[in-house]
Amino acid sequence: MSMRIAVGQGSCGIAAGAQKVAQALRPLLEGTGIPLGTVGCIGMCWLEPIVDLYENDTLKARLVRVQPRHAEAIAEAAKTGDLSGVADLTITPDDSAFLEQQTRIALRNCGIIDPESIESAKAAGGYSAIGRILSKEHGMTPEDVIECIKVSGLAGRGGAGFPTWFKWNAARQSEGEEKYLICNADEGDPGAFMDRAVIESDPHTLIEGMLIGAYAIGAQEAIVYVRAEYPLAIKRLENAISDAREAGYIGKNILGSDFSCEFRIKAGAGAFVCGEETALIESLQGQRGMPRLKPPFPAAAGYWYKPSNINNVETYANVAWIINNGGEAFAAMGTEDSKGTKVFALTGKIRRGGLVEIPMGMTLRQVIFDIGGGIRDGKAFKAVQMGGPSGGCIPASLLDTVIDYKKLAATGAIMGSGGMVVMDESTCMVSMAKFFLDFTAKESCGKCVHCRIGTKRLQEILSRIVSGEGREGDIELLEELCNAVRDGALCGLGQTAPNPVLSTLRYFRDEFEAHITDKRCPAHACTDLLHYSIDAEKCRGCTACARNCPVYAISGAVREAHSIDPNACIHCGRCKAVCKFGAVTVD
Amino acid sequence: MKCECMKQQSDLSLLEPVLAEYAAVPGSLITILQHAQEIYGYLPTDVIYHVAERTGTTPARVLGVATFYTQFRFQPVGKYLIMLCDGTACHVNGSARIAAAVQEYLHVENGGTTEDGLFSFSIVACLGCCSLSPVMMINGDTYGSLTPEQVLEIIKDIQAKEAAE
Repeated sequence: MSMRIAVGQGSCGIAAGAQKVAQALRPLLEGTGIPLGTVGCIGMCWLEPIVDLYENDTLKARLVRVQPRHAEAIAEAAKTGDLSGVADLTITPDDSAFLEQQTRIALRNCGIIDPESIESAKAAGGYSAIGRILSKEHGMTPEDVIECIKVSGLAGRGGAGFPTWFKWNAARQSEGEEKYLICNADEGDPGAFMDRAVIESDPHTLIEGMLIGAYAIGAQEAIVYVRAEYPLAIKRLENAISDAREAGYIGKNILGSDFSCEFRIKAGAGAFVCGEETALIESLQGQRGMPRLKPPFPAAAGYWYKPSNINNVETYANVAWIINNGGEAFAAMGTEDSKGTKVFALTGKIRRGGLVEIPMGMTLRQVIFDIGGGIRDGKAFKAVQMGGPSGGCIPASLLDTVIDYKKLAATGAIMGSGGMVVMDESTCMVSMAKFFLDFTAKESCGKCVHCRIGTKRLQEILSRIVSGEGREGDIELLEELCNAVRDGALCGLGQTAPNPVLSTLRYFRDEFEAHITDKRCPAHACTDLLHYSIDAEKCRGCTACARNCPVYAISGAVREAHSIDPNACIHCGRCKAVCKFGAVTVD
Repeated sequence: MKCECMKQQSDLSLLEPVLAEYAAVPGSLITILQHAQEIYGYLPTDVIYHVAERTGTTPARVLGVATFYTQFRFQPVGKYLIMLCDGTACHVNGSARIAAAVQEYLHVENGGTTEDGLFSFSIVACLGCCSLSPVMMINGDTYGSLTPEQVLEIIKDIQAKEAAE
């Protein structure tokens, strides 16, 4: 019997205390011969910290919500093989189902291998695809590789869903010796974190995918543009690149072939618009990250105006699997227009939040209710936001929508990079629309008028609606302005910025009307529109509310019903929070 | 009133190794500024002028690039930088209540620094730990599933640690 222990240490695991668990385990395992390893993120974030016990490389037990005080019981279980002492920590079958219902390709090694060991990656099949491509006997030409990707139907996972083979082929066909391959790891969509998870948990898969891309287009240099907000991802990627270089996968004459490729990392400096490929290129060149006019596309004139190809992390993470298993195997999954799998970051008011990779063609209901376990705290599902600031909200009536690029676009949302933020009845959709416009107005680079001024005006109109100062005609004004921004903006950021407004107007128009006409927020979320009052029947006159009111808006004698002066009330909600008798009502 | 912004006297020699490596490499301005901020904690005006001179460009261009990106700061920050995430998931899960608790307790605005210079507070875009929302990061350490009470405890712990030193 050979046991080993692996502690999940992605950013979220560490934030939940995984390092402390590992520190507590280390001294207890000294001299026992039981190795204590690090793995990345398994994607079951709501159960972090997670500790896995392996016996002869087979998962014997997955322990969840582990705290340092559990270390002794875990060490004992690993030594004896008797799991009864950790039975309380063992994952429930219900929670295990989260993983069992997934099909993992991009995330295939995440949470399983040690992200800081190239040996661990190789044992899981890492670098076998590039090895095959470059081998003298069964090698593949760049054209073979592009053909294989074409057969697979792989499309850009960053949001736009453009066929990957087409971009590779265009860059390959472009004239010029000097070409670049770039990875967009500037994951800026609020609510998406799959790229971070891939880099933190399985950096070699990204490197291998990029190597294959570089070989296909004929690039000599590969650059990863990573958000500076992801320090752990940068550290693990740096480490992986250096290990890969030492092992002969990066540098001159890789694996003895004619193919040479250098790698480097560039840390982004924080600008959402740099997710747009030409803005990203400007930023790589040390400039303000403002998008260029297209055409020319980067495949013809990209980094330093040389032919360049840009894909997102998840796209590259699929590549080696496709080469190893064949394009047909990938294309066998999914729908008519969308092939393979897609990773979603399931967050918000969901019971089981984390990373979900599923074949295209599943319904939203399956992902949110079967895998995600539905809404937490017994509340009702209201909408799911997909595609971040470029996407939209999908209401309950469309939960049976199939996940595929076209079907999602038809709802007014988009596939996007895969953020899925679930909202319940307590979320105000007008306020959500305002939240996204606050974001895009702030992140607009200012180059084109429609985006710079249009998003600002949209944000102003939404602000006045949520603060109770909405005017008749504001809905029509929003619609007109949304259409103008969509049609007039220069890049994807501006063209899609109105989506959160348009989609909420489409499905939740009554909420906008309630805010504007009745000065009422149906979700009770917009504080300016809340009206607090005290139910005289229930009030016992305990004075708790009056004593806690910061603006002295509550009056009443002891043991008599109190009342709130609506003109003085600042809607802070403290009275409701302190009332033991449920006498404070809000509408 | 005379302009005083050039009266700053940063130790420019600290930046020399960075400039030696990158000043002549095209497209390295952001990298140089990132290193400069690591050294000085922010981007002092005299450093911006110095970088411009050494990279053969104008201070206006350097400042134009620096102000474009949210990472760069032009004022010194406190010893502890509290970055509170306001990404979608954190927003839906009540980051506004956390922000209010921090601001009320520390008497600090978004982007401001406390009078004792111990804390700076900044509301930022998604930190990518959405499933632990609401989330904040203090000097690179991430804290998740926050409540207003927990946040104040974390801050008070730091204050107690500092007072003991």
